[in-house]
Amino acid sequence: MELSASATSRTAALKKAGAAQKLLAFASLILLVVFFSLSSANFFKFDNIIGILLATAVTGVLALGSTFVIITGGIDLAVGTVMTFCSVIAGVIITFGGMPIPYGILGAVGAGALCGAVSGFAVAYLKIPPFIATLAVMMITKGLSLVISGTKPIYFVDTPAFAKIAMESSIAKLIPGLAIPNAVFIYFGMAILASLLLTKTIVGRYNFALGSNEEAARLSGINVRAWKLAIYTITGVFSGVAGIIMASRLNSAQPALGQGYELEAIAAVVIGGTSLSGGKGSILGTVIGALIMSVLTNGLRILSVPQEWQTVIIGGVVLLAVYVDIIRRRKG
Amino acid sequence: MGEPLVRMEGIEKRFPGVLALSGCRFELEAGEVHALVGENGAGKSTLMKILTGVYRKDAGTIFYKGQEVDIPHAKAAQQLGIGIIHQELNLIPDLTVAQNLFIGREPRKALGLLLDNKELERRAVHWLGQLNLKVDPRAKVSDLTVAMQQMIEIVKALSHHSEVLIMDEPTAALTDSEIVELFRVIRQLKASGVGIVYISHRMEELKEISDRITVMRDGRYIDTVPTKETPVERIIAMMVGRELQDRTRAVPVSGSKETVLEVKGLNRGNAVKDVSFRLHKGEILGIAGLMGAGRTEVARAIFGADRPDSGEIVIRGRKARIRDPHDAVRLGIGYLSEDRKRYGLLLEMDVRTNIAVSSYSRFRRWTGWMRDKEMEKTAEEQVNALRIKTPGVFQPVKFLSGGNQQKVVIGKWLVRDCDILIFDEPTRGIDVGAKAEIYALLEELAARGKSIIMISSELPEILRLSHRILVMCEGRITGELSADGATQEAIMKLATQRGA
Repeated sequence: MELSASATSRTAALKKAGAAQKLLAFASLILLVVFFSLSSANFFKFDNIIGILLATAVTGVLALGSTFVIITGGIDLAVGTVMTFCSVIAGVIITFGGMPIPYGILGAVGAGALCGAVSGFAVAYLKIPPFIATLAVMMITKGLSLVISGTKPIYFVDTPAFAKIAMESSIAKLIPGLAIPNAVFIYFGMAILASLLLTKTIVGRYNFALGSNEEAARLSGINVRAWKLAIYTITGVFSGVAGIIMASRLNSAQPALGQGYELEAIAAVVIGGTSLSGGKGSILGTVIGALIMSVLTNGLRILSVPQEWQTVIIGGVVLLAVYVDIIRRRKG
Repeated sequence: MGEPLVRMEGIEKRFPGVLALSGCRFELEAGEVHALVGENGAGKSTLMKILTGVYRKDAGTIFYKGQEVDIPHAKAAQQLGIGIIHQELNLIPDLTVAQNLFIGREPRKALGLLLDNKELERRAVHWLGQLNLKVDPRAKVSDLTVAMQQMIEIVKALSHHSEVLIMDEPTAALTDSEIVELFRVIRQLKASGVGIVYISHRMEELKEISDRITVMRDGRYIDTVPTKETPVERIIAMMVGRELQDRTRAVPVSGSKETVLEVKGLNRGNAVKDVSFRLHKGEILGIAGLMGAGRTEVARAIFGADRPDSGEIVIRGRKARIRDPHDAVRLGIGYLSEDRKRYGLLLEMDVRTNIAVSSYSRFRRWTGWMRDKEMEKTAEEQVNALRIKTPGVFQPVKFLSGGNQQKVVIGKWLVRDCDILIFDEPTRGIDVGAKAEIYALLEELAARGKSIIMISSELPEILRLSHRILVMCEGRITGELSADGATQEAIMKLATQRGA
C-alpha cells in the first residue's frame, strides 16, 4: 500500500513536470513579449502582432506537420522544399492549366501527401534512415520544382482570388476593424486539427506508440510500416497547406524558395518540448515554439539587431530549450 | 603440487534483493582443465565475473599463487594473468588479426606518433606461432570463421601473459572438426602450464577435456569431483538437486486433443533446425532447453518477429501466412517476450495504453476517433481481473514491479482475444511471491481454453505447469516428454544431447 502511495505521488510529480515544461515555454513567450514591449513602443501594436502571426503561419504549419514525424522518432528534412513543390503544382494547375482555384488547392495538398508518402515508403518499407530518405526527397522536390516551373516564378495573374486565400481578412467583413488575415486563422485551424489528430484519433495513438518503443509496438501486432507511411503522409499534407499559404501570400509560386524552412520548423518543434528521440510531444508546444521563434525574429528586428545576429540568437535559444528538456528528463 | 594457481573461498555476492552467491569455493591448478557446471542461473558466470574483476565480491577471499589478492576491476585481473574468452567474441570485425591482438597497446615508432606496423606483425606472428595457428595476421577478422576468431581471442589472452584462461561455452558455435582443433589448442595450453576454467553444458565434452568438475546450484558450491571417476548421471543429479524432486507438483489436467497450432519443419539459420510440433487447445506446452538452444528463436519465427528460412505453420487446420507480428496477432497469437522492457511494453506510457495498444482498432469509431472511456473501462477490467497492483490505469508502466508489468502484457493479449499465447521465460525478473501468481494465471488461462507455449529455463517451473514438454538442444527438438514421465534428469539429458 505504501508502495502504491509513493507511486501515485510520483505520477503526480511526473504530470507536474510535463505541465511545467509547457508552462516554461509559455512563460518564456510571455516574457519575450513583455521584454520587447518595454524595449520598443513599436512592438506591441496591432499591426505588428498581426505581422508576427502572419510570419508564423507558414513555418508554423510546417512545424505542425513535422511534430508528427518527430514524435515517431524520425525527422523530415523535406518539408520546406515539398512546400515549394506544392505551390508550384498549384501554379501549374491554376495559371498554366487555367483550372479553378479549388483544383489547385487539392492538387497542392495531394502533391504534399504524395511526397510524404514517398518519404514514408522509403523509411518504413525500404528501411532507409529518415534523415537520408527525407534528404533525398528534399533534393528531388527542390529539383522538380525548378524543372516544372522552368526555374521561373509562376504568378497567379489571372486569378486575383488566389491571393485572397491567405491575405484577405474574412473576419473583418463580420467585425469591421478586426483586420486579421485568413492565413492566421488557417494556421490556428490547422493547429486545432493537428492537436485533435494527435491526441484523439487512432493515428495519434499509434504515433506515440511507435515513438515510445517501435519494436515493442511491432511485437504488439501494430502494422508499424503502414502507420509510419500514414504519418509521413500527414506531414506531407501539412506541407501542402503551407505551400498554399506561401503561394497566396506571395501571389506566386517561387520555385527557388523553401530550403531552410525545414530547419526552422524542426527548431520550433524542439523549442516546444517535443523530444527528438520520439514518444513525447504536443501540438500546443509546437505552436508556442513557433511563436517564440517569430516573436524573437520580429522583436530583434525592431530593436535593429542585424539579421545575422538574429540567427545566432535563435540558435542559442534552440540549444537552451533542448538543454532544459534534458535536465527535466534527467530529474524525471 | 603445493599451492594451487587460483583458490577462491567463501565467496558471497549480493544483488539488490538477491543473494547470488553464497559460500562458493573454487580451485584451479596450473596445467589443469577444470570444468564449472550448473544450470542457468546457478552462479557460474557471477563467480567468474568476480574472478575477472567485473563484479566485486561482498565476502570471501581469493588467493592467486598462494597470495591473497584483491581484484577490483577487469584491468587488475588482466595484470595478474587472468584472461577470459567470452561467449560473444570481443573482436572488432573490420580490423586485422594483428590489430585486434594488440589493440590499445600497439607498438609505435617516431616518438610514439606513428604505428609500427612491421613490429605489430612480427609480434602477431610470434604469438600465433605459439599455438601453431595458420592464419595471416593481415587478414580481416570478419573474414575468419567463428572458430578461428575464437582462437584469436585465446591468442590475445595469452599475449597478455595469462596463466589462467576462462572459457565460457567455447564450443557453442563450433562444428565438430573445429572442436577437435580447439581441444588440441587446449591440450597444448595445458601442457605449457596454463590453468583453464571450462564452462559448458555439454557432458560428453567435459568428459573428454576436463580433469575435474565443480558443480554449482542456486548460487552455492555443491562439490568438486574428478572427471574420470564420476558418471554423467551423478553430475546431472548434482546439477538439478535431489530435493527439488520432492516438491509438490500440481499434476496438470491434460488438455484436449484438438490441434490449434501445428509447426512443420521450421528452419532459421543455425538457430532453428527442422522444428515440428503440435499445440493442443487448453494445453500448456513447455519448451525446455539451455540458453542458446533456439527456443526464443522458434517463438519469434512462429510470431513473425523473424522470418523463418523454411517451414509451415498451420493454425486451426489452415496454413497460415505470417510475415510480420501483425499477421500473427490477427490469427490470435500473442507473444510475451523474456525482455518485457524492450519488447513487451511502452515503458513511458500508462497502463491503459499498454493494455489497449494491440486492440486500438476495436476502440475507434469509423472516423478514427478513439473511444477513451471504453478503453479506460476495459483496462480497469483487466487490472481487476489480473489483480494488477497499480494506483490506476494512468500510471506509467515503468513504475510497476516486474510481476505487474508481466500481467499488463498478459492483459494486452487477453483484450486482443488471443487464444495462442507464447510465454518466453514468464517469470524472469519476477520475485518469488509474484511467480506463484503468474503460475496460477497460466493454469487459469489454460483451463479457460487458451493454448499456451511456455519457454522456460527453470526446470521446476516447466515440470510444475506443462502438460507436455519439448526439449531443445542446438536448434533441434531432441525429445518430447509427457508430464507424468518427465524428471529434471530426463530433461537435462535431452537438453545436453548434441547433434541428435
